[in-house]
Amino acid sequence: MTDILQLLIYGLVLGSVLTMGAIGVSMIFGILRFAHFAHGDFMTLGAYLGLSFISAFGLSSWWALPAAMVGMGVIAVFIDQVLYRRIRRTQPVILLIASFGMALILRSLVQLIWGSDNQTYASGIQFPWQLDWLGGMRLKPDHLWIMLISLALVAGVHLFLTRTRLGKAMRAMSDNMDLALVSGIPAERVIMVTWVIGGALAAAAGVFLGIDTRLHPVMGWTTLLPVFAAAILGGIGRPYGAIAGGMIIGVSMEMSTLLIPAAYKPAVAFAIMVGMLILRPQGIFKGTV
Amino acid sequence: MSSLLEAKGLYGGYGGADILQGTHLRVESDEIVVIVGPNGAGKSTAMKAVFGLLRIREGEVRYRGEAITNAKPEQMVRHGIAYVPQEKNVFPSLTVRENLEMGAYLMKGDLSQRLDKVYTLFPKLAERRRQQAGLMSGGERQMVAMGRALMIDPQLLMLDEPTAGLSPLLIDETFERIKEINAQGIGVLMVEQNAKQALAIASRGYVLATGSNRHEDTGPNLLADPEVAEMFLGG
Ligand SMILES: Nc1ncnc2c1ncn2[C@@H]1O[C@H](COP(=O)(O)OP(=O)(O)OP(=O)(O)O)[C@@H](O)[C@H]1O
Ligand SMILES: [Mg+2]
Repeated sequence: MTDILQLLIYGLVLGSVLTMGAIGVSMIFGILRFAHFAHGDFMTLGAYLGLSFISAFGLSSWWALPAAMVGMGVIAVFIDQVLYRRIRRTQPVILLIASFGMALILRSLVQLIWGSDNQTYASGIQFPWQLDWLGGMRLKPDHLWIMLISLALVAGVHLFLTRTRLGKAMRAMSDNMDLALVSGIPAERVIMVTWVIGGALAAAAGVFLGIDTRLHPVMGWTTLLPVFAAAILGGIGRPYGAIAGGMIIGVSMEMSTLLIPAAYKPAVAFAIMVGMLILRPQGIFKGTV
Repeated sequence: MSSLLEAKGLYGGYGGADILQGTHLRVESDEIVVIVGPNGAGKSTAMKAVFGLLRIREGEVRYRGEAITNAKPEQMVRHGIAYVPQEKNVFPSLTVRENLEMGAYLMKGDLSQRLDKVYTLFPKLAERRRQQAGLMSGGERQMVAMGRALMIDPQLLMLDEPTAGLSPLLIDETFERIKEINAQGIGVLMVEQNAKQALAIASRGYVLATGSNRHEDTGPNLLADPEVAEMFLGG
């Protein structure tokens, strides 16, 4: 029983990471209609930006988060303006391939700048709390923070999407692009904000991964598959679905280690994604259109 | 005095051959102008061209005398021209109120007065303000669509088949609302399939076929014209 609870915690931590990535993938798909393959490498780059920031100023690990989020928000807009914007009017598949190329560029860049060795935000081991009232389950403070901060970020995204003019315009655009245009909604500004949010959340995912384990140039790329699985499970183009999708995939991946070797975790995400695409391609939640 | 809207000799289409073959249109502030014609005549295309949604290759569009040919939809909205497309004219996952807010995206300041005006015209929308537009009936969706367009307090309202798919009762009601809107000093340009009813409330009408004007007259005269009746009004 304690084992299962323990795995549930790990699952929710992984789910938080995946959710941060999947919200961005889902929003970008909703607005620009392409699967953003460089999203995993946005996570990686974000994590490394955070690393450089804390080592430059001698700060503790968690300072990596705001620095990475701001940095990636800006870089995401820059990449969009320089590359994606120019090919926006072509077919979505061209954007998809361009983002694949961008993924390779970013990964090489990270390797070039920071090297290909594993790195960590802080050395030493963090001692978990032993929760006797939960059958002696262990909870690391970092894990608790990852879950709480994700929750706060999700709440922030929710407030943005439902309470602000720009957030509503973003939902409007992903609902009906032509009508948004006819209503005078400034598409380019909405697209820019989408990249800021997508980039910042990807960076948060990267920093969470880095705090939970370590930094490595392929850390984001290897997480992309479960991130896509989460976005698809939630019904791609729907940021709210991405939250549920992220949690389900995260928990399933960790729980699967009860039955099969841990090396197969990504295969679990893949299996859920394929199953979903066959059975319910529109995602777990019913479509609105 | 220049007309509210005047389009002359429009040629253009969707990239291939021209759909519009010298179409012309004119709307005055106090008019309801109706465009009728067979399916595929280019009625929607003419509306889109006027609103800047497709490229006009030749010809010009003037709004209060000012050339607005091929201006962007955003500029049209700023000029006070609102357009309701024929299909997919609401944001389905947004609430009624949010749909209306999106209509006024470019408007500065408090929206409550604009919202009140729309709610007065369509009390049903006030009741349903929190409902998702995608879950509403066809008639209610048309109200949302018109309400969204009215949020900018337009001078010219362009409606593409506002009664398509509605029950006879709702059709009557929609035409009543359109008359009310027009009585507030808003010029209306609409495409209609329910040609008889539409022409009955129209100041003037155009009959469009294969992208060019076939007939043009007052509503009653067009209704009385046997040739028009035979061609487009089903006898
Ligand atoms: N998006 C488009 N791309 C290419 N061709 C189009 C497009 N929309 C319409 N057409 C073509 O343009 C012509 C005119 O279409 P349009 O929609 O303007 O007709 P309409 O008079 O509005 O007809 P309806 O009564 O069916 O609404 C048709 O031949 C149609 O096939
Ligand atoms: Mg049409």
